[in-house]
Amino acid sequence: MTSTILEMRDITKTFPGVKALSNVNLSVEEGEIHAVVGENGAGKSTLMKVLSGVYPAGTYDGQIIFQGQECQFKGIHDSEHKGIVIIHQELALVPMLSIAENIFLGNEHAKYGVIDWDANEARTSALLKKVGLKEDPKTLITNIGVGKQQLVEIAKALSKEVKLLILDEPTASLSEKDSQALLDLLLEFKRQGMTSILISHKLNEVNRVADKVTVIRDGRTIETLAKKDISEDRIITSMVGRSLDDRYPPREPKIGEVIFEVKNWSVYHPIHAERQVIKGIDINVRKGEVVGIAGLMGAGRTEFAMSLFGRSYGRRITGEVLLRGKPIDVSSVSKAVEHGIAYVTEDRKTYGLNLIDHIKHNITVANLGGVSRHSVIDDLRELAVANDYRKKTNIRASSVYQMTGNLSGGNQQKVVLSKWLFADPELLILDEPTRGIDVGAKYEIYTIIARLASEGKAIVVISSEMPELLGITDRIYVMNEGRIVGEMPAADASQEKIMRAIVRGEGKAA
Amino acid sequence: MSTDSAPAPQGNIAEDQRPRIAVSALTTNLREYGLIIALIVIMLFFQFTTSGTLFKPVNLSNLVQQNSFIIVMALGMLLVIVSGYIDLSVGSVAGFIGALAANMMVIWQLGPLSNPLVVSIVCLIVGGLIGAAQGYWIAYHRIPSFIVTLAGMLIFRGICQALLGGGSSVGPLPDGFKALSSGFIPDVIGPLTLIPPTVNAAGKTILGSGLTLHMTTIVLGMIAVLAYAYFGVRTRRKRERHGYEAEPFPLFVIKTLVASALALFLVYEFASYRGLPVVLLVMGVLISLFVFVTKRMTIGRRIYAMGGNPKAAQLSGINTERLTLLVFINMGVLSALGGLIIAARLGQAVPAAGLGSELDVIAAVFIGGASAMGGVGQVIGAVVGGFIMGVMNNGMSIMGVNVDWQQVVKGLVLLGAVIFDVYNKNKA
Repeated sequence: MTSTILEMRDITKTFPGVKALSNVNLSVEEGEIHAVVGENGAGKSTLMKVLSGVYPAGTYDGQIIFQGQECQFKGIHDSEHKGIVIIHQELALVPMLSIAENIFLGNEHAKYGVIDWDANEARTSALLKKVGLKEDPKTLITNIGVGKQQLVEIAKALSKEVKLLILDEPTASLSEKDSQALLDLLLEFKRQGMTSILISHKLNEVNRVADKVTVIRDGRTIETLAKKDISEDRIITSMVGRSLDDRYPPREPKIGEVIFEVKNWSVYHPIHAERQVIKGIDINVRKGEVVGIAGLMGAGRTEFAMSLFGRSYGRRITGEVLLRGKPIDVSSVSKAVEHGIAYVTEDRKTYGLNLIDHIKHNITVANLGGVSRHSVIDDLRELAVANDYRKKTNIRASSVYQMTGNLSGGNQQKVVLSKWLFADPELLILDEPTRGIDVGAKYEIYTIIARLASEGKAIVVISSEMPELLGITDRIYVMNEGRIVGEMPAADASQEKIMRAIVRGEGKAA
Repeated sequence: MSTDSAPAPQGNIAEDQRPRIAVSALTTNLREYGLIIALIVIMLFFQFTTSGTLFKPVNLSNLVQQNSFIIVMALGMLLVIVSGYIDLSVGSVAGFIGALAANMMVIWQLGPLSNPLVVSIVCLIVGGLIGAAQGYWIAYHRIPSFIVTLAGMLIFRGICQALLGGGSSVGPLPDGFKALSSGFIPDVIGPLTLIPPTVNAAGKTILGSGLTLHMTTIVLGMIAVLAYAYFGVRTRRKRERHGYEAEPFPLFVIKTLVASALALFLVYEFASYRGLPVVLLVMGVLISLFVFVTKRMTIGRRIYAMGGNPKAAQLSGINTERLTLLVFINMGVLSALGGLIIAARLGQAVPAAGLGSELDVIAAVFIGGASAMGGVGQVIGAVVGGFIMGVMNNGMSIMGVNVDWQQVVKGLVLLGAVIFDVYNKNKA
């Protein structure tokens, strides 16, 4: 069990303005479970996309050697042909097709284009047995749970005669029980001699199944730990150990009285009615305070924020929202906005901007009343407002008549921020405000946040980047699985403390 | 495509940048100018191929009267399509309203309720209710508009035919009602005879000879042109006073002069026949209203925002459900008006009134540059698109092109216009 099946050497991948990976090395032995860990945005998924050919050969530097041969994958098809199969975090199944149809999608047993359903179903049954899923191959995907869908994905991978199975956060959306079953399955595959790469930030899982752990941070390989060296403490230190130099603007917090309070907030999933997504959250925010909400992906932070903002997410929402001690009605977005709440979404392209319209119209859309009289828009006033905010937030564009769809991520984010600043909120909720934008633009966004706080606004920042939260907030709530599992002043907080709160919270939930 | 007519970069622009602004002003408005130029080219083409018949005053009046209902409905359809929906029921709703109006005026003895004006108001309200009924399912139950209005198309065509007792028609409609479509505005000032008409041997005047101008039409036309120029200059001044660069001055002058000349030419044409058709006046008022609503009013802006990204619009505090409902109510009212215009033009209600016109209306909007994905489209574009369809219908009919081939040509023009749009977008 010592032959190396995969070796990635000096992989460097650059996106415009960002170096996502720099000289990453990864060496995987045949028959092992190799975990790749790192924070969100550290470059794990990018590395796997390089490996599977999503980013074709030539768009990155470095070598990929698989089974002793250097590979130049032009697309996913090439890597699959070699037996490298990746299962993505977001499942890629067609909900209205059956299990069998999904497993053999694009790869059906067919003669002259006529599908041999019996053969497909017989093979599907065999594959489902291998992954321990007791379902009829004819069952529609939409009728089985997420955990079982994950198993179908694995069965699909097996159907392709997989030699190296890559699982990207496979348990992110699974319950504890399903996660355990999945990990057991991985161990079973290992006994049969299969090699797998497990990408995860759930350290207890990694601890349980991995033979080796490679830690990636800021697009670099930090170290590879052998089985005997694997411990949660060691991994955490390795994952977060980075110096916090002046990547954050200095700030003198002037914190006043409590402006905004949420009491016992509970939300159920919009489709799976029995699943409680938010479980009785209490938080408060003071005037001039920047409050962070830390947590891993899937902790329910976005769901919490969106359910607060005009019930834009979930069902059976209960709980109380108080503004300056008085309960307020936030049952619709316009009511929430009226009460001075603004929410800058995590996904600016889908939820934040009208990409086919220009900057000016995007900035004023949440507060058209501010540029109109008797419902008639004052064109010049609107132009003045747009230019003013363009200057204030430093949006780089040829003019305010540039389409937002043509702007860079950082500038798009500044347009979304401008939109909500113009609505003049008292409480500003920022959901992953710096996701996918380059370092320079990040600093500008932090500066805007600091300025708003000094103007007396209350600010909530949701972020998966812990250094960011430590750098810009005054107080941090830690959220996990729909609950607040920790609260600490930012001055006392550290990435280790946050991680520990999350890991402990995870233990409790099990 | 920008929803503003002129891009206005920030003030303090150095002299050497001016040519670039001129170019960008031209390219941003290429679609709008291009469309108007296309209409003019098509008109000149048919003027030539019909040996001058197209621009004859009587034919221009006909053209307006034949196509006004398409353009009226296209105004509503533009909002529907910009919102990201479609309405297939407009032709059937128009037919149904025509039948309802005819029954109210001719068959059912309703006393004062049979008065054409009262009937028209009732019909517009009924149209609004129909729009609300369809919009309710689309807005609040998220049933695709294609399906809801396809059902509406079947339902209202059926009711239309049932109201007319199978295949028969109901008429004749009162003259007061017919004036909506075939009437001309009264000449309160009095005609001006420039060339006395030729009198034949029998002592009767020869139709079409001589030149008598309908002075009210001329005066109205001049007022409109002066107002247009005045407001153009005023807006320009205001922009400049606030330190914003307006479109380049020569471009502004050329645009204003060309538009005024075209308008005055048409006014002259109408004045030399029987004056301004009533329906053209109605149409003109509606077009101005919709341009204003879409360009200047908050509700118009919200419609574009909703069509461009419904989720983002909702998360910006826009009540997208209510807005959708309003868009369909508006469509219903305009469909009803379209139905009244058709009935008034025919002088009776027929089972086939408005049959298939939904497709002409939708085509007009798409030729006018609207996007099937929503969020993009201009009122003026839809109007010009409607006229392009109308001129082609009219010109080809005069040329004696077979109706079957007319459809082929219209289809090709629609396809060509949309391909042009997509090509332009990809290039940008």
